[in-house]
Amino acid sequence: MTAKPGFVEATLESDLKNVVVAEEISRRVATTAGFDESDQHRIEMAVHESMINAIWHGNKNDASKTVWLRFQIYPDRLEIRIRDQGNGFDPSLIPDPLAEENLLKVSGRGIFLIRTFMDEFRTEYIAGAGTEVTLVKRLSSNSQPQQGGTGREHESHHSSG
Amino acid sequence: MSMKATIRQVDSVTVVDISGRITLGEGCSQLRELIRNEVSKGNKKMLLNMADVTYIDSSGIGELVSAFTAVSNQGGQLKLLRLTKKVHDLLQITKLYTVFEVLDDEAKAISSFESAASA
Repeated sequence: MTAKPGFVEATLESDLKNVVVAEEISRRVATTAGFDESDQHRIEMAVHESMINAIWHGNKNDASKTVWLRFQIYPDRLEIRIRDQGNGFDPSLIPDPLAEENLLKVSGRGIFLIRTFMDEFRTEYIAGAGTEVTLVKRLSSNSQPQQGGTGREHESHHSSG
Repeated sequence: MSMKATIRQVDSVTVVDISGRITLGEGCSQLRELIRNEVSKGNKKMLLNMADVTYIDSSGIGELVSAFTAVSNQGGQLKLLRLTKKVHDLLQITKLYTVFEVLDDEAKAISSFESAASA
């Protein structure tokens, strides 16, 4: 993992154990960016679901593949990009999990939760690279960056491995 | 960090005390296996105590739905007890709060199975 002021990048192996690693990074970055506890949890859940999608559906649980993450703190928002090495997917094809006929389905709620918890959700298939999802959470006016960071300059995160 | 579940019998109701994370992988598999075992033993009154569940993801929610369906298909009832705020919010967001019967008091929850059986 490399770190520079304002952003954190990590490349993780396709192992479900690394979902927790990504959650931990997201929690630290969200705290630094000044999100309250409730939004920290929403961001963490969105990252969790995106990591599951990347490892399980994108990389097909292939340990030789990796997931790349980038957390970028802007003055008004946190932008998270998560890229797998899979063949892409079309989120518009995922059935609405709130439709009466889908309520008792076992799967199909991950993308819905990401959309619910974040302000923006985009997907892009990058030929030869994989699928990249972008998650954006805006800072509300009463959010304050953690001590040591400002809206324009935030403390760096350091790799634990 | 991972999920733990202990089973106890209160009158005719099987109470499952769950703690930790119900997420894709070990947590979901454990819960699925546990419910399958109880249903196969003929236990049709299931109360899942969620008070110590620290985290649940979309797969964990799916596992709750799967458990609900498995018990209902056998003519039984599965109810949820003492949801944390995070789990409560997730069930509301996913509209599943209307599907599950959710209770806060264990004694009342136990008696709700009995009154349903005698009705």
